[in-house]
Amino acid sequence: MSKILLHGTEAICEGAIRNGCRAFFGYPITPQNEVPEYMSVNMPKVGGVFVQAESEVAAINMVYGAAGSGVRSMTSSSSPGVSLKQEGISYIACARIPCVIVNIMRAGPGLGGILPAQGDYFQATKGGGHGDYHLIVLAPSSVQEACDLTYLAFDLSDKYRVPAMILADGMIGQLMEPVELPPMRALSDIPKKEWATDGAFGEKRRILNSLIIKPEDLEPHVNQLQKTYDEIARNEKRVQTWMAEDADIILTAYGTVARICKSAAKELRKQGIKAGVIRPVTVYPFPSEEYAKYAGTAKAFLTVELSLGQMVEDVRLAVAGKKPVRFYGRTGGNVPDENEIVEAAKRALEGGEA
Amino acid sequence: MIRILLAGQGGQGVLSAGKIIAESGLHEGKEVSYLPAYGPEMRGGTANCSVIVSDEEIASPLCNEPDVLVAMNAPSFHKFAPRVKKGGVILVNVSLSDDHAGRDDVSLYEIAANDIAMEEGDVRSANSVMLGALCGVTGLIQDRSVVSCLQEKFIGKPKVLEINEKAFAAGKAAVAKKK
Repeated sequence: MSKILLHGTEAICEGAIRNGCRAFFGYPITPQNEVPEYMSVNMPKVGGVFVQAESEVAAINMVYGAAGSGVRSMTSSSSPGVSLKQEGISYIACARIPCVIVNIMRAGPGLGGILPAQGDYFQATKGGGHGDYHLIVLAPSSVQEACDLTYLAFDLSDKYRVPAMILADGMIGQLMEPVELPPMRALSDIPKKEWATDGAFGEKRRILNSLIIKPEDLEPHVNQLQKTYDEIARNEKRVQTWMAEDADIILTAYGTVARICKSAAKELRKQGIKAGVIRPVTVYPFPSEEYAKYAGTAKAFLTVELSLGQMVEDVRLAVAGKKPVRFYGRTGGNVPDENEIVEAAKRALEGGEA
Repeated sequence: MIRILLAGQGGQGVLSAGKIIAESGLHEGKEVSYLPAYGPEMRGGTANCSVIVSDEEIASPLCNEPDVLVAMNAPSFHKFAPRVKKGGVILVNVSLSDDHAGRDDVSLYEIAANDIAMEEGDVRSANSVMLGALCGVTGLIQDRSVVSCLQEKFIGKPKVLEINEKAFAAGKAAVAKKK
């Protein structure tokens, strides 16, 4: 199939629609408005549902209901809007309902700014809402991946009955690149959900609930959730590594920033400094083993983020003190170019703060 | 790999021109990326986009040091000209900009894009004039790729298509004389 030029936001929508998403609920916020815009046009074409909800809180609870009935469902927002959804996400995680939540991150905290950022890593990977739960969190770094990872997110979410999140920065949303779209999947090809509340019709009643009031019931439920997260951690870690084998300095980042790191690593190699890149594709589960693998050979690691240092904590846990893990970050919607990262990498190698 | 920064006033068609370059590159089997500046912009404000056309995989989609700058007006020239790589190319619309001193280390092409566009029938085709000039100077993409993009864009608008095709050719001719 030939490639077409798409925005990251459009690619996310195509990945969703082509893997059976038939219900979208959203509320406008920059820089992800192109997602609901695209869905409002294209959902009706495939017999799906598009609702512009009255708020982000309403949208996530509509996902709760629609996905609970077994329909592949999605909502999308940007940082402040995703904060509003957290209560609903926690409920959905507890009720074990698969769905996909898209966060096109903008600069925070607060209402912040509308330009690209990665300040929601903690929220996405460590909880966000209340209680012991996790999401499967996928971080695309190209428009092709925006499509492919959204497609994958629906399958993973269904398989484990754990909500999945697409964690993308504002650049991915606006970037246009060639994309090869996956074929449209027939709904009949999607495994049937034996737990969905889609009408009992004389069978045993099915109940989806997040209120488990008896302590002797809630503890095993939470333990079961944790067992699922452990299984996801064993099976679903995804990572992309470039030229790390002989690298003295390993740059690491997720999303678009990883691509700027790759340009920086190429430039460093031109200047005679052996640099490599590790890019987590899943930020939860975090591909810790990949870092441990190179902790013996590399001299230092440099984590680059559009934040003041969030993923760097997971990198430090993974490297386990064997080598220094330095940090370089920009915030406020500013994006570092490769020269900035090259200089930060040199400082990191010399042992100084990046 | 060529990194192009197109800049101008909102409404001058710099984003459309950028998309046409990316589409044309894609038609020719190249790797492309198109990144519009996305800020708190308003009508009549500034607009710019970064386009990269490459034979190999594109890592960073940023264009902080472009090889080519297309400046559609004076503020865009003054803002972005200092960033152009040494030995690079600047195409500037002299209908809306003068005083282009300061970069002796790049090839500067002055094109009266608005005047040429008006001669061809519509000032709104000034972006096509600059596209023609860009193709003429860099040879980055083939004329027929651009023309087929224009045909797709202006489907059902034969008059607009004709003006833009003529504007594209006139832009190319304008730089041929100076080469």
